[in-house]
Amino acid sequence: MRIYRFFVALLVAGTLQVAQAEVFEHTLSNGLKVIVKEDHRAPVVVQQIWYKAGSMDEITGKTGIAHVLEHLMFKGTKQVPAGEFSRRIAAAGGRENAFTSYDYTAYFQQLHKSKLPLAMRLESDRMHGLNLTDAEFSKEIKVVMEERRMRTDDDPHSLLQEKMMSVIFQEHPYQHPVIGWMSDLETLTAADAKAWYRQWYAPNNATLVIAGDVDASVVFKLAQRYYGNIPRQVLPIRRNFTEPAQLGIKHLAVKAPAELPQLVMSYHAPVLSKPAQDWQPYALEIMVGVLDGSESARLNKHLVREQQIASAVGVGYDSASRGPGLVTLEATPSTGKTIGEVEAALRQEIASLVKDGVSAEELQRVKAQVRAGEVYKLDSVFYQAMQIGQMESIGLGHKTLPLMLEKLQAVTAEQVQQVALTFLQDDNLTVAVLDPQPLDSNKKKITEGNRHARQ
Amino acid sequence: MLASKLFAAKLRAGTALAVVLCCVATTSLATPHIQHWQSASGAKVLFVENHDIPMLDVAVSVAAGSSFDTAEKSGVAGMTQHLLDLGTAQSSEDDISRGMADIGAQLGGSFDQDRASVSLRTLSSERDQALRLMAGVLQQPVFPEAILAREKARVVAALKEAETQPASIADKAFQQAVFGAHPYALPVSGEVASVEKITVQDLQDFYRTHYSASRAVVAIMGDVTQAQAEAIAQQLTAALPVSAAPPALPAVAMQIAASEQRIPHPASQSHILIGAPGMSRTDPDYFPLYVGNYILGGGGFVSRLMNEVREKRGLAYSVYSYFMPLKQPGALQIGLQTKKEQADEALKLVRYTLAEFIAKGPTEKELLGAKQNIIGGFPLRIDSNRKILDYLSVIGFYDLPLTYLDDFTGKIERVTVAQIHEAFARHIHPAQMATVIVGAPEVKETSGVKNK
Repeated sequence: MRIYRFFVALLVAGTLQVAQAEVFEHTLSNGLKVIVKEDHRAPVVVQQIWYKAGSMDEITGKTGIAHVLEHLMFKGTKQVPAGEFSRRIAAAGGRENAFTSYDYTAYFQQLHKSKLPLAMRLESDRMHGLNLTDAEFSKEIKVVMEERRMRTDDDPHSLLQEKMMSVIFQEHPYQHPVIGWMSDLETLTAADAKAWYRQWYAPNNATLVIAGDVDASVVFKLAQRYYGNIPRQVLPIRRNFTEPAQLGIKHLAVKAPAELPQLVMSYHAPVLSKPAQDWQPYALEIMVGVLDGSESARLNKHLVREQQIASAVGVGYDSASRGPGLVTLEATPSTGKTIGEVEAALRQEIASLVKDGVSAEELQRVKAQVRAGEVYKLDSVFYQAMQIGQMESIGLGHKTLPLMLEKLQAVTAEQVQQVALTFLQDDNLTVAVLDPQPLDSNKKKITEGNRHARQ
Repeated sequence: MLASKLFAAKLRAGTALAVVLCCVATTSLATPHIQHWQSASGAKVLFVENHDIPMLDVAVSVAAGSSFDTAEKSGVAGMTQHLLDLGTAQSSEDDISRGMADIGAQLGGSFDQDRASVSLRTLSSERDQALRLMAGVLQQPVFPEAILAREKARVVAALKEAETQPASIADKAFQQAVFGAHPYALPVSGEVASVEKITVQDLQDFYRTHYSASRAVVAIMGDVTQAQAEAIAQQLTAALPVSAAPPALPAVAMQIAASEQRIPHPASQSHILIGAPGMSRTDPDYFPLYVGNYILGGGGFVSRLMNEVREKRGLAYSVYSYFMPLKQPGALQIGLQTKKEQADEALKLVRYTLAEFIAKGPTEKELLGAKQNIIGGFPLRIDSNRKILDYLSVIGFYDLPLTYLDDFTGKIERVTVAQIHEAFARHIHPAQMATVIVGAPEVKETSGVKNK
């Protein structure tokens, strides 16, 4: 049994001495990686189990199965009847839930530290003992369809985003929504869920993250006791999807009942693959901070406050994911302004970034925000565990976290200008527009635009 | 935020509102030591000293929420709070946001029917600059004419957008049906027509009347000493306006007529809200109602509503109930979204579940489960600086005892089945509730109110 122990050094300015956050890891003989983050501020603990299986691992016609299985994981095992998992966690004073993304599926419980063994017993039991019945499946698939209606079909912005992703990506499975197309949800079966569970739910495809007021060596013993006997499995070979070069701008429009139009512009962008050598993803993160890191960052200051072309703006980019990255800018035109005017204003901001770069002051501001954010993060044990789980699940490993902070602080103004020039190019761009429709007269239009959601 | 949208994670249960907290019979739990005093300014101060993390959280709350609006000037209270950090006597809006960002500090705020607040999170090493800016925001806002015009346009656009979205349409109709002529019925951000009429004078008047130190509560949590906290509280409140207390709000009418509004919408789901005036933050029945609501629809996956509507029948993704405890009785609200074709079935089921609960009360077993969760989960309520700061603000603002956190698990433990049964029967009358259905099934009678 080897235990690796190391410190996540916090890159806090000057001599600030934050209690160094201790992270311990150990891999069980069945391949389950256990990571412990000790934090003794409060007598609580969080358990998170992360499976490296997300919607991007699904196949055509079976979209949504990763998320459906996530729901079914609460529906009972040979040992624990349906509904009992939640009841026992609740009776222990716990909070629990689960989430599915493109890249992974994760389950968590937050409890008093004395209840960790109970949470481990229940979580390990459903790693290998799930009892999937047709009856539970047929009820739960209806719940998922209601979830889809609520989150996507009836939400104009989500609908725009779903349709946009399917235009942006031609080959990569990110083109499919995590929740699945309605037509697939309608045809999925309990057998599909069983197959998914058999394929991916194995100790050697999971990371267990425990954070809170615990002793790492005790946690490793508990992990061995509850998870240690679950057999390792042969995992399917993962297809390594790529996304071909885009070769020219793409446009789409989505009509939905709403008042305000919305413009979204997404550019393909790289993500971290060799965190120690890469520089572009770090420069892109800083670029996003310069554009949208605060109310006084460029987009809000120029478009919302000064020119008053937009009533809201936003920029997103995530440097850490299993699949390809995107830099996304979005804006809502002010009343009386057009989508065209907003697009021109966003393009002007990009042009100025490419031509004139960023100031030393802007760079310092974003870096100061990153450093402060690392301190604020210490107030949430749950979030610290989340970061560890995400980094493990996408294959970069949690040791990349301190490295990323170091690399972010080292980004130069020239690098920011360089990534803007390289990636914010029209050939790389998809432009999507939400075309708002009146509530009264648009029933027909909605149905036409939303064939996948027919009930 | 966009990044989180793209992240596209799907939570199994998305209704944060429905998640009620919890815990077990742990014996002696350390609760934070709350220090309390009145600042020379007249503001009430609650402070917890903690040096574990080199950061500081501060929140200043004032009795200046939307219930202090009038129907004609609905939106003035919200706009006043919104413009506080958009220009002060010393600093432009850009100076303020840039000054905060330069040191990684975060200025925020919140606004509801009762309270307007401004909050700050900063590294303790950078607190001087952050607090200087925050002091200006609270005490010397200038409400610039041009910025008011810009922000009115933004708020009006957002209100018009909200009027097209089923959840916001339902919420607005629900508040009006439950609170009638009481100011709790006013939309917190106002109406399009009233917001368009707001003037700088309105904001200055509202500010001078309501933002007095005697109506302010300062919550301070984190890496400063008590002497420093005293100076901070004074720095943030000494120059607040001096004004007489505004007239008290009218009382919420606890008995309402039954009503059912069916509002058409092209969405695929019906959004259903059912409710009535519920309880105030200081209601003597607070704990029985709180525990009872956990059993009815607050307890996540183990509540009756969740079990009947979702677990047994798959009729909805989200179904919940909660009491919104305010200065005066806020609403008991039950909500769900379900496919249009089955909306009437789901509505019937929810009404039946509620009526059963009120007629018979919970079982001993349910009460035990609720207590185990709420008491056992108590440590999770106070496991971060952020959560403790929020408790300090609530305790101060609603005049709860300083021992509120120490007493919490004992109060839960003493709740009985009979108390819950009686408290619900006193407060909630199933035959006198408001129902709003947005995106209602079309086969039914048209919009309108019917008596049951």
